[in-house]
Amino acid sequence: MNRPSLGLKVAALGGLAFLHIPLLFILLYAFTTEEKSYAFPPPGYTLKWFGVVWGRADIWAAVGLSLKVAAIATLIALVLGTLAAGALARARFFGREPISLLFVLPIALPGIVTGIALRQAFGLMEIPFSFWTIVLGHATFCIVVVYNNAVARLRRLSPSLIEASMDLGADAFQTFRLVVLPNIGTALLAGGMLAFALSFDEVIVTTFTAGQQSTLPIWMLSELIRPRQRPVTNVVAVLVILVTFLPILAAYYLTREGGGARGTNAAGK
Amino acid sequence: MHAPATSSVIPAVRFAGVARHFGSVKAVDGVDLAIAPGEFFAMLGPSGSGKTTCLRLIAGFEQPDAGHIEIFGETVEGLPPYRRPVNTVFQDYALFPHLSVGENVAYGLKVRGVARAEREKLAREALALVKLAGLEARRPAQLSGGQRQRVALARALVVRPKVLLLDEPLGALDLKLREEMQVELKGLQRALGLSFVFVTHDQGEALSMADRVAVFNEGRIVQVGPPEEVYERPATRFVAAFVGAANVIEPDTASSLGAPARLCSLRPEKLVLLPADGAAPAGAAVVEAHVVDVSYQGAVRRLAVRTAAGTALTAAVPAARLAPAPGETVRLAIPLAALVPMEGER
Repeated sequence: MNRPSLGLKVAALGGLAFLHIPLLFILLYAFTTEEKSYAFPPPGYTLKWFGVVWGRADIWAAVGLSLKVAAIATLIALVLGTLAAGALARARFFGREPISLLFVLPIALPGIVTGIALRQAFGLMEIPFSFWTIVLGHATFCIVVVYNNAVARLRRLSPSLIEASMDLGADAFQTFRLVVLPNIGTALLAGGMLAFALSFDEVIVTTFTAGQQSTLPIWMLSELIRPRQRPVTNVVAVLVILVTFLPILAAYYLTREGGGARGTNAAGK
Repeated sequence: MHAPATSSVIPAVRFAGVARHFGSVKAVDGVDLAIAPGEFFAMLGPSGSGKTTCLRLIAGFEQPDAGHIEIFGETVEGLPPYRRPVNTVFQDYALFPHLSVGENVAYGLKVRGVARAEREKLAREALALVKLAGLEARRPAQLSGGQRQRVALARALVVRPKVLLLDEPLGALDLKLREEMQVELKGLQRALGLSFVFVTHDQGEALSMADRVAVFNEGRIVQVGPPEEVYERPATRFVAAFVGAANVIEPDTASSLGAPARLCSLRPEKLVLLPADGAAPAGAAVVEAHVVDVSYQGAVRRLAVRTAAGTALTAAVPAARLAPAPGETVRLAIPLAALVPMEGER
């Protein structure tokens, strides 16, 4: 085994620190007593901002809207992403590669392009901006996440499993329910959670597709401009970290377990 | 050609002029066959010869582009796999990784709506039949290759197919296990009285297990018959070369030996090595040949020789005899009855 050099260790730790220390400051200033600027060290510590957040209806409206948008966009993505993956995972047909690329493009394109394109399209079709335009905007990139997860898992699934199921008397629906779904379930769960997290903190596409509503990230942006009660945003940010981080962590462990279990079995023989 | 088994009985599987093309590739190109009920039928051929496509046509994974397929007298074109009274043992076994061994075997019963207690009982019996009693709770990943093979067999048999299809089922097993399974499969087939349709590229496997062998080449059946007939009387140059080793004797060589001037096959073990002063046996031609190579193969010694006329021959002689060395000249007797005329190339 090669032992990492001291320089490498320092660089690695430095990189991690660069990524995570700003998060610690978010946490720190959620408890500060100074409400107009972020002075270091904070002059004092208090829990009163948690109470302020609890009492403000605009925050809870934004949180509720974000949760609803994320839930519905994820649901749409799960259905459409799985269907697309099923069609493209194994079939060979003319135009398959370009179509796969078109599916993945929304996540590769800058959100600002997606956003402006959707805004213009909605405008041309005279669709008023509403809850549903936000959901549609989010679904464009949520589908990609689910599709990518599902397609990777479907490609690992031996095609003879589906044939074996049909051979043993199962029709297409029974085969999907009893063989395909159990084998791609964790991939869908992971994709769905990632899609949910992406939707929950999306700003750019939302800015272009929202009407008067403000989702949580939009609310936070508007809050930064206000001079007073700054730690309120920090408290909300801490809550967002929790809401976003836990599902992503769960998704990570679920997918790792799927791959890991297979590996352990192979090694155990 | 061998006539289809007694024509008064409805064949288990019947193909009439069946063709299946993939683009410009004629995977199956006009196949006629009739497999009798209770017959162990082997489809033998190199990869790409159409044998696996024929199996998939019976199972319903492929639909024919032309021709007609019947299973026990019923037309099956257009029927999906789940409406056909046949089951398949797949080459990679295709066991469901998320189900236990017991659940794998019971799968076909579950989708048919058999009650839990009943299907667990039938699955246990099927596993006992393939000598895997007590492994119900295991996962397929915890089994050896031979055990997975048996689970696949039990899973296909438990739903009582009228015909069992086996796609190179022994290909992934090592030699010892393969020989054991050959005996066992044959015994199982005899005990159940089922038609087995067995696809293989291994001529030894086909000859040792099957009641009849169909030899496939380029999408067609070139010869079908009992193993002895296919081995002893290969119909074409292809069959002679693919099923066992054979010397191919060109028409002019055949006539120079005193046989009719036709393309013939000659199995290496039919050649007799004569002692230097030995007389020619009756009904045999004697040739002098130069030994090019000698290889010891246990029971036999394989001699590669070249006759004075320049014909390369292979002879398999009992290994117990003293072996000639490369470079020596030997005398070989060729029984004229061992020269089997063949129809053509394919």
